[in-house]
Amino acid sequence: MPAPGARRPSRPGAWARLRRNALATFGLGLLVTIALLALAAPILPIADPDVTAVAQRLLPPFSDGAILGTDQLGRDLLSRLLWGTRVSLAVGVIATLVATIVGSLIGLVAGYYGKLVDNVLMRGIDMLMAFPYLLLALAIVAALGPGLLNAMFAISLVNIPFFARAVRGATVGLVSREYVDAARLCGFSDLRIIAAELFPNVLPVIVITMSTTLGWMILETAGLSFLGLGAQPPQADLGSMLGDGRKLIINAPHVATLPGLVILFLVIGTNLLGDGLRDVLDPRLKSGAMTRPVAATAAAGTQERGGGQGTPVPPPLLSVRDLQTHFTVGHEVYRAVNGVSFDVQAGEAVGIVGESGSGKSVTAMSILGLVPTPPGKIVGGEILFQGTDLVGLPLRELQNIRGGKIAYIFQDPLTTLNPLFTVGVQVAETIQRHQGIGRAAAMARTLELFESVQIPDAKDRMGAYPHQLSGGQRQRVGIAMALANEPDLIIADEPTTALDVTTQAEVLRLLDTLRREKGAALIFITHDFGVVSELCDRVLVMYAGRIVESGPVAQVFAEPAHPYARRLLDCVPILGQPERSIDAIPGLPPAVNDLPPGCAFAPRCDQVAPPCREGNIELRDLGAGHAARCLFPGQAAS
Amino acid sequence: MSDIILETRDLCRTFGGGRSLLGRRKPLVKAVDGVSIRVERGRTLGIVGESGCGKSTLARMLVGLLPPTSGDIILDGQPVGALKGRDKFTFHRKVQLVFQDPLSSLNPRKTVRQILEAPLEVLLGMGKAARADRVAELMDLVSLRREFLDRYPHEFSGGQSQRIGIARALAAEPSLILLDEPVSALDVSVQAQVLKLLKDLQRRLGLTYLFISHDLAVVETLCDEVVVMYFGKIVEQASRADLFNRPQHDYTKLLLSSVPVPGKRRVAA
Repeated sequence: MPAPGARRPSRPGAWARLRRNALATFGLGLLVTIALLALAAPILPIADPDVTAVAQRLLPPFSDGAILGTDQLGRDLLSRLLWGTRVSLAVGVIATLVATIVGSLIGLVAGYYGKLVDNVLMRGIDMLMAFPYLLLALAIVAALGPGLLNAMFAISLVNIPFFARAVRGATVGLVSREYVDAARLCGFSDLRIIAAELFPNVLPVIVITMSTTLGWMILETAGLSFLGLGAQPPQADLGSMLGDGRKLIINAPHVATLPGLVILFLVIGTNLLGDGLRDVLDPRLKSGAMTRPVAATAAAGTQERGGGQGTPVPPPLLSVRDLQTHFTVGHEVYRAVNGVSFDVQAGEAVGIVGESGSGKSVTAMSILGLVPTPPGKIVGGEILFQGTDLVGLPLRELQNIRGGKIAYIFQDPLTTLNPLFTVGVQVAETIQRHQGIGRAAAMARTLELFESVQIPDAKDRMGAYPHQLSGGQRQRVGIAMALANEPDLIIADEPTTALDVTTQAEVLRLLDTLRREKGAALIFITHDFGVVSELCDRVLVMYAGRIVESGPVAQVFAEPAHPYARRLLDCVPILGQPERSIDAIPGLPPAVNDLPPGCAFAPRCDQVAPPCREGNIELRDLGAGHAARCLFPGQAAS
Repeated sequence: MSDIILETRDLCRTFGGGRSLLGRRKPLVKAVDGVSIRVERGRTLGIVGESGCGKSTLARMLVGLLPPTSGDIILDGQPVGALKGRDKFTFHRKVQLVFQDPLSSLNPRKTVRQILEAPLEVLLGMGKAARADRVAELMDLVSLRREFLDRYPHEFSGGQSQRIGIARALAAEPSLILLDEPVSALDVSVQAQVLKLLKDLQRRLGLTYLFISHDLAVVETLCDEVVVMYFGKIVEQASRADLFNRPQHDYTKLLLSSVPVPGKRRVAA
C-alpha cells in the first residue's frame, strides 16, 4: 500500500514574505547603502580623515573641496563620517556576534542540562542584569581603560544576558520534545544533541534577538565614544564625532548634526529590518495570530431565501440546507464544508462522524458562527433554527442564541474556560447573561447544576479554578454550563476524546441522562463509532466536506451503504472480536482545496466505476431514513 | 522454558521526595511501583492503563531514557546497568522506541534521510554508501516512496510521519521495539494502515513488541499477552484470551465494560 505523495505547502517562503513588508525592505536598503558606502571608504576619492588643516577649520557644507564641510581641526567631514561609520558598524557587529555566541552557548547549555547547571549559569546572568547596563559598561571600561576594544568588550558583556535568557527559554521548551529523546536513543552524545538537534531549532530565536539588538549595540558604542571612553583621537567614530561637535552646536551645528543623522539612519534601518525579520521568523505571527478573528463568521450576501414551504409538517428544530463554509489561505480555497444538508428534530440525538479534516467540526461551528473569520467564511446555504436563519444574523441576536437556546460543549474545557476565574463564577455568568437574574440567584442555580452533573462536594468545587479540576470534572463543568439556560439544542464537539475510557463512560452516561430529562436535542461530533452507538439515534458520516451517508445508527452500522462508511467501519478494531481482520483503506483523504470531480472517495474506492469520477453525485434515499451519496450503494464486495 | 528477551524484577521509579531548601518534605510519587514483567521473543506484550498509571514511565525506563529508582531490567539474560560508553550503543541496538506523537518525535529541521541515517551512523558505524542503501531499504520496508527522503517532516501526514518513526526505530535492527501509544494520535483509517504494517513487520523480521496503549480494542487485536496497570502497579497479567474473556480484577472489568462498541448501546439511558 504505497502512500500517496506528501503535498508541498503552497505558503510563500521567508524571503518573499520579508520582501512583501515594505518597511523591512526599506530598512534593509538603508542599511545596505550605508554599509556599502562605509566599506568603500578606502577606495573612494575622499580626503584622509585624520589630516588636520587648521586654516580650513569649520567650513560649512558645500564648500570647495569639502562637500560636507570640515570640523574644528579642519578635517574633511565626509571622509570622517564614512570612516567613522566603518568603525561604529564594525564595533556594533562584532559586539553583537560575541554576545550572540557566548549568550547562546550559555542559554543552550543551561536549557539542555537544567537543574544545577541551569541554576549556576542563570544566577550568574541574573547578577549581570542586576546592574544598570550603562553603569556596568562604564565600570568595565573604567577598569580596563578607555579604547575601542575595551568598549566593544564591555558592550558584548552587558548584552550577553539578553541572548542567554531568550535562548534558554527556547531550549527548555525543546528539550522535552520527543525528537530529543529519539536522538538519545540513536546514541547521540550531549554535544551532538545540542549542536545538531537543538541549535537549528533555536536559530530563529537567536536571529530575532540579534536583529533587534544590533541597533541598540551601535547606539551603545556611540554612547561610550561620546563620553570619550571608546574611540580615541584622532580615530573617527560616530560617537566621538558627536561628542566633538557638541561643543560647537551653536557656531557650527553641522559638525554634530551629520554624525547624529548617520546614527539615526543606521538604527532605524536595523530596527525596521529586525522587526520585519521577527515577523517572518516568529511562528506565532506566521500563523496569522496578528489578524484577530471577528466575533462571528462572515457570511456571503443574502442567498435565495424562502425555502420554508417544502418543510415537513412538524418543522425540524434545526435545518441545515446546502451549507458551504470555505477557508481562503493565500490563493487556495479550502472547501471544508461543501454543501451539507441535514435536519435535527426536537429531542433527537444526531452523531456526526468522520476522520480529521472531514469537515465535521467546521459544520458544527458554522451553526453558531464560531468559524474564525478570517480565513473562514460561510459562502452559501442556510441554517434554520426554529424558523430563523442563523447565517448572517446580527451579532447581538446570535449572542442571545449562543449559550442560550443552543449550547456548545468543547473538546477540552481547560482551553475554553478562563483560567483566571473560578468555574462557579463562569457558569453563573452565562446564567446572568441570558436570564437576567441577580448574582446570588445565579450562584444558587449554579450550585444546583453542579449537583446535577454529579460533581462531588459541589459547593466547594464551585470556588475551584479550571486547572485544579481533573479532566472528567472539567468536562462536567462544561456540561453544567451547557445546560445552564435550558437549551433546545446541545452541540458537543468530541467532548470525551481527551478523557480516559472509564471517565468517558461516566460523562457520556451523564450527558445522555440529563439531555433526555431536559428534552434537549444533541449534535454529537466524534471520530469514535462506539461513542456514537452509545448516544445517538441517527448518524451522519462525513468525508471531504460532504455527508456521504446518513441514517439510523443501528442500520448504518449493520448495513453501511457507502463504500467509505463500510470500509471505515472495517478499520475499527472492536473489543471482543480480536480475530476480525483489520482492513486498511489505502491512501489518504483528498485535500479539500483540490477535490476530484465526482465522488471524493473514488480514488480510494475498490468498486469504482467510470461514472463515479464525473459530475455531482446526490445523496440518494435508500428508504427508512437511510441515504448514501453513492451510485452503487450497498454493493459490498466483502 | 520459553525464550525470554526482556524481564523486569520489581522495577520502581519515584519522582519528587527529598526536602526543599526550607527543609519541608516534598511529595513523593511512585510512578512505577514494583513491576515485574517478562516478554517472550517474537511475541507481543500489551501494557494497558489509563493516563497517569505509569505506563509511559515504565517505557522510558525500559529504553534507557530514565534510570529506575530500584529493581532490575534483564535484557537477553544480561542485567542492564548504568548505560555508559559502549554499553549504551549495544543496548540501543537491541531496544528501540516508537513515540506517540509522530510529529514531535521528528526534528522539524532535518530531512527524512538525516533522521534515518543518524542511528546507522552512530549505533552501527556504517559508511556513507552503506547508509544510503540501508535508508532506501527502510523506506521500502515501511511502504514509503524513496523520493520522500529529502523532504522535511511537516510535509507529511500523521500516518506517514509515524511510518518514518517506525523506520527510524527499525534502522539499527533491534530485536525489541517498544511502541508507546503509536496509533492513538492517528485517524481510524490511518491507524488501521499502521497496525497492519506493524503486524507485517513483526512477521517478516521476527520482532518482539511491547505495546503500550489505552485502547483496549487495539491491544486485543495486536497482543499475545496483556498487563493491566493501575496507579503504578500491575493489577492483572494474563494471556489475551483469558484477560478479555475472563477478567479477574475489578479494575479490568470496569475498564472492559467502559469501552464503547460500535453498533451497541450499552449506556443505561
